[in-house]
Formats: sequence, structure tokens, C-alpha cells
Amino acid sequence: MTAAALRRTVTQAPATNLQLAAHRARVRRTVWIWLGQFFVALFVIGGWQWFTAAGWVDKFFFGQPTGIWNSLVHLFTVGTAFGSIWENLWVTVQEALLGFLLGTGAGVVAGILLGSNRYLASVFGPYIKIVNSVPRIVLGSIFIVAFGLGVFPKVLLAAVLVFFVVFFNAFQGVREVDQNLVANVRVLGASPLQVARHVTIPSAMTWIIASLHTAFGFAIIGALVAEVLGATHGIGLIISQAQGNFDPDTVFACMVITSVFTLLAEYLITLLERSILRWRPPNRSESQAI
Amino acid sequence: MVETSPPHVAKPGAEDAARINIVGLSKRYLTPKGEVFTAIHDVTLTVEPGQFCAIVGPTGCGKSTTLAQVSGLEQPSSGSVSVGNHIVDGITNGVSYMFQADALFPWKSVLGNVMIGPLLLGTPKVEATRLAKDWLRRVGLAGFEDRFPHQLSGGMRKRVAMAAALINNPRILLMDEPFGALDVQTKAIMQTELLQLWEELRPSVLFITHDLDEAVALSDRVVIMTSSPGSVKDIFDIDLPRPRGDVQHIRHEQRFLELQGQIWESLKDEVTRAYERSAAVAA
Ligand SMILES: Nc1ncnc2c1ncn2[C@@H]1O[C@H](COP(=O)(O)OP(=O)(O)OP(=O)(O)O)[C@@H](O)[C@H]1O
Ligand SMILES: [Mg+2]
Repeated sequence: MTAAALRRTVTQAPATNLQLAAHRARVRRTVWIWLGQFFVALFVIGGWQWFTAAGWVDKFFFGQPTGIWNSLVHLFTVGTAFGSIWENLWVTVQEALLGFLLGTGAGVVAGILLGSNRYLASVFGPYIKIVNSVPRIVLGSIFIVAFGLGVFPKVLLAAVLVFFVVFFNAFQGVREVDQNLVANVRVLGASPLQVARHVTIPSAMTWIIASLHTAFGFAIIGALVAEVLGATHGIGLIISQAQGNFDPDTVFACMVITSVFTLLAEYLITLLERSILRWRPPNRSESQAI
Repeated sequence: MVETSPPHVAKPGAEDAARINIVGLSKRYLTPKGEVFTAIHDVTLTVEPGQFCAIVGPTGCGKSTTLAQVSGLEQPSSGSVSVGNHIVDGITNGVSYMFQADALFPWKSVLGNVMIGPLLLGTPKVEATRLAKDWLRRVGLAGFEDRFPHQLSGGMRKRVAMAAALINNPRILLMDEPFGALDVQTKAIMQTELLQLWEELRPSVLFITHDLDEAVALSDRVVIMTSSPGSVKDIFDIDLPRPRGDVQHIRHEQRFLELQGQIWESLKDEVTRAYERSAAVAA
């Protein structure tokens, strides 16, 4: 058949047939993706189990999937030395969330202030670069010494980590604001505050929200690290305890628990993103998001 | 409470408040290399209250720059602009500006884009919504209130911008190539619409365009600018009778063609000169 003849038969095929074929292709694609994902998991977890069971990798150091599962069951049924796992998880979640909110709030305010004020940006710019280059995680030790073993130093460390991520994004977002829009709203008689409310903030929102995904990961890291450094409750404490007992399975189990929580938070942030950025034309990042 | 219709309640002196007086206006910019670049030089021009004045000139001659000085967004390097009897030194109220680039707020719905003007003037939300809906109906966009700008065609976006510019019932309307990017048919429809709305509200208009037909069909006066640095080269008074009605028809009238020809004669040299200069720079 010539190419032209082929094209004719294709266009002549009824529309319903085309739709059906497209649907079938889509289903086939989805099934293949799921199969692929299943095999990746099987390969990694199965391989891990196999290697440790066969003794090629020492499960004393690297844990074992079945062992992790057992510790998970143990954590949820028996609990820990510091109360039930729920209690500890709640402490960590609380610290991470409070730190996240505090850091995001401060980051957004500072980013917008410095982004829209050249003078402030020039004065504070170098200091922010300096502070950004110090290994902030070490501040955890100082916070624990200064504020004790309670929740507050953890919130503070999480907030510090979150702050810089959000700050730089908010700052950049303000810098990228379309000057035409600023001119437009100024001609309409807007005060500087109104310019911020109607143009700068909505425009920077794209950048700020994009940073929240990364920022939440940092909030969890901050809370966990501060707990490892010294705490009376929390997942980080369980981790450092397990480390002391040479119990890698429990460490991995705690990682699993925090990941589930982070995924949940990530999902909520995505929902927030969808509703706030409703005005954006649908683009690659949403249609092909991972 | 916000006066919309009837538009011009005859206040004493309300007429003069809409006069634009540009005297010896120059604007110099610093280029990134640190050199001084003169964008416009010694522009002198008066727009009478309620007059429709078009500015034409070769690209880069400083038309947008002139408008920016009138709006108060920028400060002149020398000379002055006064609106009414006041020297412009900052944003003047009663001035609306339709920008050359698309300046709708992408995060606001069509309704939100139109009602922001009255809201910023302190109009209560209910009243502003009512006004905005009325204006959207006038520009033929009733039913599109909830769409976002990216969901509109280019012509529809221009209509939204036009409604947003007119809703505050400005005494001065600055338009920078408002219909430049439209197809010929849409352009003709929008020009007719603009003329109707202008006849209702009677603001003074400064209208930049590259389209001589458009300039002659809409205006009372056409100002030709020289190539960069821009200054006023010629001023033509357009004595076609008003109301002009449909701009499609007026194009074929004898007087229209005469005026258009004269204006083109005057502009031709400038365009050629601007072109030769940019070609020389490129070589
Ligand atoms: N902020 C600025 N800094 C430096 N140069 C500028 C600035 N704004 C405009 N210019 C220069 O001034 C000149 C006039 O610009 P303007 O935008 O007024 O031209 P225009 O007549 O509106 O052109 P067009 O018809 O293409 O829109 C140009 O050469 C431009 O490069
Ligand atoms: Mg221009």
C-alpha cells in the first residue's frame, strides 16, 4: 500500500474506532508502567533480601527487608522505650510542621521585603550569603544546649533550614515580576502595599510554592537531626537509640515511617499548589509531573 | 457613587482638567555601557480636552517614551508635561494607560482584571463587580467573567484591557499600539467600538500606532515624530466629520485618502532614515 492510500484508510476509519484504539493504547501503557515499577521494587528489595540472606552482605550492618518489616510490626504493636510509636511520631510531626510554618512565613516575608527593596537587598545580601554558606545543621547543637531537650530547639532548627530555601525562591520570584504589570497597577493608583498584594505576591507565589516541596523535606531533616542530637521523645530519638543498639532494622523502619508521612505532606502541598495556581495554563510540569 | 453615566457632568473647569500640555520634553537614558542616549528631544505638543490625538513615527523614535512621561511613570530629563493645570510629577489620577505589551494580570479572572481599577479607587466590592460586569457587557464579553487571561484569544484580551482602561471613566486615555497585534477584521471591529466608547465618555486620547489608516480614521489630529531622537515633525488636523461611524466605510472617502497620502509623504523620509541608520549600525 502507498503512503497516500494508507493515510486515506486511516482517516476513513470511524472516529469511535480511533478513540477506542487510543484508549487501548493508554491502558496498555499504564499496565506496562505498573509492571516496570513492580519489577524495580522486586529487584531492589528482593536483591537486598537475597544478598543478606546469602551472607554476601552483612545484615548486622545493613539490615534486611524482613527484619525491617518485623521491627515495623514491633514498633506499632509493642511500642518503644519512650512510649508508643504514635506518640513519638506526633512529636516529630509537630516539630516539623511548626518549623515548616515558621520558616516558610519568615522566608516569604524576608524574600519579598528584600526582593522589592534594593537598599535592604544591598545591605543584607552579603550577610545572607555568608549565613547560607555555613553548615546550618550544626546550629542544632547550639539550640539544644541553649533551649534544652524540648520541642522548641527542633522547631528552630527545622525553621532555619526551611527559611533559606523559601527565602531564595521568594526573593527570585519578586525579582522576576513583570514590570509591565507593576506599571499597570501603579497607573491605576496602587500604593506600594497594593502593588505587593495585587502583583508582587501573586507573581512570586509560583516560585514560593515550588520551593515548598523541597522545604518540607528540610523541615523533616531538621526535626530528625535535632532529635538525634538530644531529645526525650521523637523518631530521631528512636533512631539514635537503635544506632546505639546496633539495630539497623529499626533505623530503616523509622525511615519508612517518616517517608510515608513526607509523602502525605507532599500530596497536601500539591493540592495547595493546584488550588492557588489555578490561573496558570496547564503546562509540562503538571501534565508530565513525576 | 462612582460617576459612570452620564460621563461628563459639566463641572466648571472640568474641561481644562483634560488638557495635556507637553512643553520642550526631553528624555535621556543611561545605556548599560554608561553612555547617555537621548530617546526624545524637545517634544512640544498640546492635546485639547476631549481630543483624539494619534502619534505616528518610525520604530524606536520614542513614542512609548513620550507616553511614559505623560502617565507619570517616568520623570522627564528636561521640559515638562502638564495635565489640566498641574505639572505631572508622579502618577496622576484620572489617567488610564493601555500598554504596548499585554498587561493583564494572569492570576486574576477577567472580572478581577476589569474591577481592579475601581477597587483601587476605594469603590466597594459589590459596586465594583456591578460596574465591571457592565463594562464587560459593553465590550462584548458578557459570560466570560470567570475565565483567566490565558483562556482568551488575543482580541478578547485586548477587549478586557480596553474595559479595564475605560471603567474608571478617565479624563485622559493613553493607548500604546493597542490593536497592533490583531488581525485586520478584529482590528476594524475594535476601532469602531473604541470610537463609540470614546464618543460616550469623551476623554482626551493619546493614541500610538504604526497604522496610518487607523490614525486618520480615529483621530482629530495626527502627530508625526522624527526618527530617533524623536521630536515633533508635523501635525495634521483631520477634518473628517464626526461621528465617523464604521471605520471600514470611511477609508474609501476622498478626503481620507488625501490626508492619508499627505501623512505618508511626511512620514516616509523619517522611516527611511531610521531604517538606513539601523542598517548602518548593523553593517
Ligand atoms: N529604560 C530605557 N533605557 C534605555 N533606553 C531606553 C529605555 N527605554 C527606551 N529606550 C530607548 O529609547 C528609544 C525609544 O524607545 P520607545 O520604546 O519609546 O520607542 P517607540 O517609538 O515606542 O518604538 P516602537 O514603535 O517600536 O514601540 C529606543 O531606542 C529605546 O532603545
Ligand atoms: Mg513603543
